[in-house]
Amino acid sequence: MTEASDLASAYDLVVIGGGPAGLAAAALAARAGVSTVLFDENPGVGGQIYRGITSTPLKKRAVLGEDYWAGAELAAEAKASGALIVTGATVWSLDPTRQVGVSIAGKARMIEARRVIIATGSLERPFPIPGWTLPGVMTAGAAQTALKAHGLVPNGRVLLAGCGPLLWLLAAQMLRAGARIEAILDTTLRANWLRAVPHLPDFLLSPYWSKGLALLREVRAKVPVIPIERLSARGEGKLQQVDYVSRGKDSRRQADVLLLHQGVVPNVNLANAAGVAHRWNERQICFEPVLDVDFGSSVPGIAIAGDGAGIAGGTAAAERGRIAAIAAVRALKPSASVPDPQSVRQKLQREELGRGFLDTLYRPADAFRLPEDETIACRCEEVTAKQIRDMAAIGCEGPNQMKAFLRCGMGPCQGRLCGLTVTELIAASRHTRPADVGYYRLRPPVKPITLAELASLPISEAERKAVER
Amino acid sequence: MFKRLGDTADTLTIEIDGKSVRARSGDTVAAAMLANGIDHCRTTPVTGAPRAPYCLMGVCFECLVMIDGVGSRQGCLVPVRDGMRVETQQGKREAGR
Ligand code: FES
Repeated sequence: MTEASDLASAYDLVVIGGGPAGLAAAALAARAGVSTVLFDENPGVGGQIYRGITSTPLKKRAVLGEDYWAGAELAAEAKASGALIVTGATVWSLDPTRQVGVSIAGKARMIEARRVIIATGSLERPFPIPGWTLPGVMTAGAAQTALKAHGLVPNGRVLLAGCGPLLWLLAAQMLRAGARIEAILDTTLRANWLRAVPHLPDFLLSPYWSKGLALLREVRAKVPVIPIERLSARGEGKLQQVDYVSRGKDSRRQADVLLLHQGVVPNVNLANAAGVAHRWNERQICFEPVLDVDFGSSVPGIAIAGDGAGIAGGTAAAERGRIAAIAAVRALKPSASVPDPQSVRQKLQREELGRGFLDTLYRPADAFRLPEDETIACRCEEVTAKQIRDMAAIGCEGPNQMKAFLRCGMGPCQGRLCGLTVTELIAASRHTRPADVGYYRLRPPVKPITLAELASLPISEAERKAVER
Repeated sequence: MFKRLGDTADTLTIEIDGKSVRARSGDTVAAAMLANGIDHCRTTPVTGAPRAPYCLMGVCFECLVMIDGVGSRQGCLVPVRDGMRVETQQGKREAGR
């Protein structure tokens, strides 16, 4: 186990996040002879897509599928590359001079990096429905993590709701593992099918379509799929019932577990706090960093690879990590031999082909992004959609002002679960665009650290003298 | 809320709110709580509403618990250790914890 005191004070390259992008980037750079450290806050590498790849208790390969096991090779490559891989390491700060604040087992360090690759991936798009804070309601990704990393499946009456490829993948994996799913409540807008048709030719060329079709067939053969327009979770102290409207008709079902998913969005927190410029992506309805062809950001020396650069999936993430790493190696050590970035770009293009179709087909409906009156938008501070609309109506122009009025985005999750909802609610109320409303301005620490951790930072004699008399 | 698949043997003991429960090495605190049917891990500081782990990937902070005396730790990121003491958090935190 690497401890904070084992770290050098500076590295050529610091990679933050050990999913496909981070693993591929660290492996490539370390093999080229660049001193590389990779930090991941989880107990093991793999990120979310390959979660538990080195430790999963699931031995039957078919349950998670071969695409999952492809992660084992990435993890092995990174391990063999000579990169220092540190798990259980939380990066809580990154500034424009590339000082990286990291905590390991309660001890903090500041590390200098000549180059940084942020590979913190994505998180599930907020799914604010009435009752989504009740115990028993979780994200589909959470159930997938429970399965991959811990061999756990939800118990009792289980419903899945939402849209997007991951929802179907989770359903298939759960069924293969022997779990029971009562029904899938499908929120895909019918009109989206028509809108997606122009993207169909590209999709048919992508690796996704045959896999996707097989998944849909596998799941539909075993689980009823109900198209819905409205959804709420009810219960006293925990989930007991799910209400929904299907084709204009009100229905309800008893339920113990409701798993929500409507796609993933870039996890912008660390990049935002480092001062990286972001822009609104209207097709993916989220903010993403502004990047050059090598995934370099607006802050010199900081690149962002993987789904954090805009959603494109796990295989694309690895290629993006390689492209960012090639650029880093070329800058740090021009004499080193690296793969030809052009060939990597071609692979990446093929991976990205299917996105237009998937983004358009699974674009979440307004009803599930812009919640109604008493629905909680900010889970941490328990701020409702109505409160946000009311404030926008009396002149509150943006998310940062909204913090001052309502405290939304100021709880422990620091806006990760409400940021997009708040931006879109303000934009809708004020008849403007999310791009003009903007996003929360985030500041370090992006993860909570204790005073004891801060106090454990090594200090120089000069620093001590500066404050002592 | 969750059940373990097949032969994944329980291997260690942790304490949750003073009660001994079995966990498996490789579990996070949040996973061990879910596997043991503990249906909420905290109540909110604002209205006292019960909450349970929501994302299991470190972003939602619903899994905050006290671990070995340190409050507001993300249970979904901390691996269990034999003899670990976990406490659920009720409402606002007490000063100094
Ligand atoms: S369950 Fe979301 S942060 Fe732990």
